[in-house]
Amino acid sequence: MNELASPLDAEQVRKDFPILERRLAGDRPLVYLDSANTSQKPRAVLDALADHYERHNANVARAVHQLGEEATAAYENARTKVAAFIGAPSRDEVVFTKNASEALNLVANTLASGLAADPRFRLGPDDDVVITEMEHHSNIVPWQLACQRTGTRLRWFGLTDEGRLEVSNLVDLVTERTKIVAMVHQSNILGTVNSVSPIVARAREVGALVMLDCAQSVPHKPVDVTELGVDLIAFTGHKMCGPTGIGVLWGRTEVLDALPPFLGGGEMIETVDMTGSTFAPIPHKFEAGTPPIAQAVGLGTAVDYLSDLGMVNVAAHERALTTYALERLGEIDGVRFVGPRLPISRGGTVSFTVDGIHPHDVGQVLDELGIAVRVGHHCARPVCVRYGIPATTRASFYLYTTPAEVDALVDGVKQVQRFFG
Amino acid sequence: MTTDTLYQEIILDHYKHPAGRGLREPFDGESHQVNPTCGDEMTVRVRLAGDRVKDLSYDGKGCSISQASASVLHQLVAGHRVDEAFGTCDAFTELMQGRGEVEPDEDVLGDGIAFAGVARYPARIKCALLSWMAFRDAVARALAMAGKERA
Repeated sequence: MNELASPLDAEQVRKDFPILERRLAGDRPLVYLDSANTSQKPRAVLDALADHYERHNANVARAVHQLGEEATAAYENARTKVAAFIGAPSRDEVVFTKNASEALNLVANTLASGLAADPRFRLGPDDDVVITEMEHHSNIVPWQLACQRTGTRLRWFGLTDEGRLEVSNLVDLVTERTKIVAMVHQSNILGTVNSVSPIVARAREVGALVMLDCAQSVPHKPVDVTELGVDLIAFTGHKMCGPTGIGVLWGRTEVLDALPPFLGGGEMIETVDMTGSTFAPIPHKFEAGTPPIAQAVGLGTAVDYLSDLGMVNVAAHERALTTYALERLGEIDGVRFVGPRLPISRGGTVSFTVDGIHPHDVGQVLDELGIAVRVGHHCARPVCVRYGIPATTRASFYLYTTPAEVDALVDGVKQVQRFFG
Repeated sequence: MTTDTLYQEIILDHYKHPAGRGLREPFDGESHQVNPTCGDEMTVRVRLAGDRVKDLSYDGKGCSISQASASVLHQLVAGHRVDEAFGTCDAFTELMQGRGEVEPDEDVLGDGIAFAGVARYPARIKCALLSWMAFRDAVARALAMAGKERA
């Protein structure tokens, strides 16, 4: 095992995550390499959830009693923490959703609704939406549906053989017709981190919005929305040490103000008459009904936890691990990477195929060894189609992953080859 | 439960040396089935003669379980009466959905009994059933087509 050039002491970090102590069937230790699917949760987040329900539980923004005030303060405090974490100029620009998918659907649906006063925020038959072939299904299907409703044309960036975005046709693809470019920041299957600035620059030239799917980037590296210069981002709590059921839409104030409401209900209104309603200002305009309160509080604690470790350190740890994993897995005959082979502009998500063995079979044998990976098309089927494969095996790392776990994966893949050889 | 119980020698044999693989002409009904969770695909064609399945041909891509299962399907239904084949389908489906508590009948299921262990792996049951679902659908399409031609 290599000594990792990492600023994080993963062994120390692991002590914060109770589940990593788990023994699986056959008393095998857990080797959890599926953090791009969902991350594990540190003790602090689990405690925050329990503390909220045990001491502060009440509905938010409508109770005048003490618990209601405490719950509201905790919920809104989580918003403040998230805003600071992503460099948002205003906490009101942070909208809590159920997950990243809901955040993406919110934008696609409100643009397609035709209810915005400003035509820049209404999709129509003379417009284009531009996505990429690298997207998770949650940033493809909402736009397909929106385009079906409005007659808008859907276009996309292709992929190079190395697993990068093909941007040579940027000027032809993003034009005066383009209303929005919606693209992934870090691919959940290839690991590729996309260079956003040339696309933002082109979008600015033609007056298009840019939305970034940050579900795989915000958990793993410092992300600053002001620096990125985009209009909207989406991410989810459960991939960044937080609970499930809480996601985030961030948008520039002017953009969120211009978008019409998505879901209607309590809390998102200003006044309701039987003949019509007016709406609350952002962020509440987009938070109909009782929100995921405890989950937001848990996400706030996750943000504290990550900030204490330092996102720069988290990113450096994963870079060192990824470098090591690409090198070790690359030494195995029959292993082929799907995605960048070099640890440059890529994250700690490593997809590969094993010659002659279906990923399902790879995953099954690895599971018997206590190694949890994801197998399949990872909700990014167009990527598999692009590279002519039915599926991949994907190992994904996080701040608690050790080089010993990478070694276990390498040994496991060799065992798979012996078993089916 | 270990991989050895899941991957019985019989299953690995069928995977490495599949029986009756490849799509053949002519055929009366065809069905293409996909397992959306893993991207496995299977196409099954049937050629009927009277009340018999004269031939069952197939092609697909996927894991060892899904591919071996199609080979066993071919072995068990090609040349048999349609009602018998459906009975075999029912028995295999029951075995797969039986959470490992159904005792398989070797007289009915032949090599199919090797899949008993798969029933304990919920994520893999769909893999084993993919070709069987395609077979049922292909026969239904063939019969519907035959009905239309008579009408």
